[in-house]
Amino acid sequence: MSKKGMVEVRWHSRAGQGGVTAAKVLAETSMALGKFVQAIPEYGAEREGAPVKAYTRISDSPIVVHTQVTDPDYVVVLDETLLDIEDVTEGLAPEGKVIVNTSKSPEEVRKRLGLEPGQVATVDATSISIECIGRPIPNTPMIGALARVTGLLSVEELAEDFRKKFSGKLSDRVIEGNVRAIQKAAEEVRTE
Amino acid sequence: MAERMALTGNEAVAYAMMQINPDVVAAYPITPQTALMQKFADFVADGEVDTQFVLVESEHSAMSAVVGAAAAGARAMTATAANGLALMWEILYIAASTRLPIVMPVVNRALSAPINILCDHSDTMGARDSGWIQLFSENAQEAYDNTIQAVRIAEHRDVLTPVMVTLDGFIISHGLEVVEVLDKEAVQDFVGEYEPAYTLLDPEHPITFGPIDFSDYYMEHKRSQVDGIEAARRVIPEVGREFGKRFGRSYGMIEEHGTDGAEALLVALGSTAGSAKAVVDDMRERGLPVGLVKIRAFRPFPYEELREALGKAKAVAVMDRSISFGAQAGPLALEVRSALYGLSLPVRDYIYGLGGRNITLEEIEDILQEALEMAKTKEAEPLVKYVSVRE
Repeated sequence: MSKKGMVEVRWHSRAGQGGVTAAKVLAETSMALGKFVQAIPEYGAEREGAPVKAYTRISDSPIVVHTQVTDPDYVVVLDETLLDIEDVTEGLAPEGKVIVNTSKSPEEVRKRLGLEPGQVATVDATSISIECIGRPIPNTPMIGALARVTGLLSVEELAEDFRKKFSGKLSDRVIEGNVRAIQKAAEEVRTE
Repeated sequence: MAERMALTGNEAVAYAMMQINPDVVAAYPITPQTALMQKFADFVADGEVDTQFVLVESEHSAMSAVVGAAAAGARAMTATAANGLALMWEILYIAASTRLPIVMPVVNRALSAPINILCDHSDTMGARDSGWIQLFSENAQEAYDNTIQAVRIAEHRDVLTPVMVTLDGFIISHGLEVVEVLDKEAVQDFVGEYEPAYTLLDPEHPITFGPIDFSDYYMEHKRSQVDGIEAARRVIPEVGREFGKRFGRSYGMIEEHGTDGAEALLVALGSTAGSAKAVVDDMRERGLPVGLVKIRAFRPFPYEELREALGKAKAVAVMDRSISFGAQAGPLALEVRSALYGLSLPVRDYIYGLGGRNITLEEIEDILQEALEMAKTKEAEPLVKYVSVRE
């Protein structure tokens, strides 16, 4: 079925890495920019490290569907060990893109996933999060990488909304660390 | 001014509860209670409500506490899900037959066993004969709107019947959507100051709640309970229209989507109705005469509205997200067939989505394609099919 101007993102992560939060942050920031959005978590058993999927839908018109996303335009993988156990390309749209948190090159990951040149982007989001936030929480840098690769929203919009959203909830140090992580990932994300 | 917010269904309903500002809320943090009550507890802790928040020791006690509070003349609420609702069973009946206008959001989640916390309608459907009004919500916005309207419906003097507002577990409860949240003052004005019809704490007008009532009057009390929920047939659309006039979103007993000239109609509840709208629009663009009837009020069941809406079609497919074991179909399809009694219209039930099993747009289209086939053949057999199940 046609999606009529709707963009769908699937997030693969392990519980504790912030994949569900990333799906929500992308949705919330897109809403702040005037879009209609959905962010849907798909939990399994609730234990840290378990594979978790989440989805984000972004559209110019109200969203009525409430199904899981089965043919995503973009896939974000927060943990490269998931490439061994999950088919992250399942249902990927023909021109779809996969963004993976890894220190490997896009070409290496792309060959492994059996995709075409240009369909895979990579960024070492774990190192960036340790450097900027002090903890291996790769979700915010992966949003920055997604923004840069897809153009769904600008890194500036993302940073501004992040500050607004978490002001008073997180310390300024943590907020600015996350903003730096978003910016750094957007700069460092590699495509072929 | 109303404000557009990105909220989960749980948060949206917690906002509605905060804006209603009930006198008493009782809750127990059982699994599977949801983040709904956690968010409401935040509002209590932040001083956003005047509510007496009672932490009890079980869901049975939660419902007992709101029954006591409501009998004492308080506007009382709680919220639950799945096994929590099951544990309330005994007191659900007492709340309804004592005619206490309690409002309770229910996050629809599967009942154990096997252990499962994801969406289906088994919990609410099991309570369909408890005497409660049941309103289903398609999305977070409707869950929010329904919670606010439920107060007016429950407290209407002709109704005085508790209301469950349901939202699909995870799909709506944990999914984030754009919700238009009203001003607190506007919600307060809509629900109005609560004046209980009867209260234990009025010594000038002493009354009795919960007496022994054997063969002498029990049957009369049950009969008058029917009058209360029957009056809701009139009051639910009245309140829905007034809500629409004030806030721009009107509600009735059912919602029709693409039913004009449709030969095959789908009947669905909850979030699936939203997905079905997208499928109907897509098939209509391809010239296929299909439509959707969404059920908003399951109790009281909209027999007349359904008969009118479905009677013009040639075949009906029903989507049931629960099983009535040993029955001829799922709970919704049984009601639909009953509503169509005397009409020769093929009706087939599709049981789907148990324990959170995803339903895809393609599967909904397949169901509608089969319904179009039924419209030609007039043949409903098999009367029940299971969608996406390993057999």
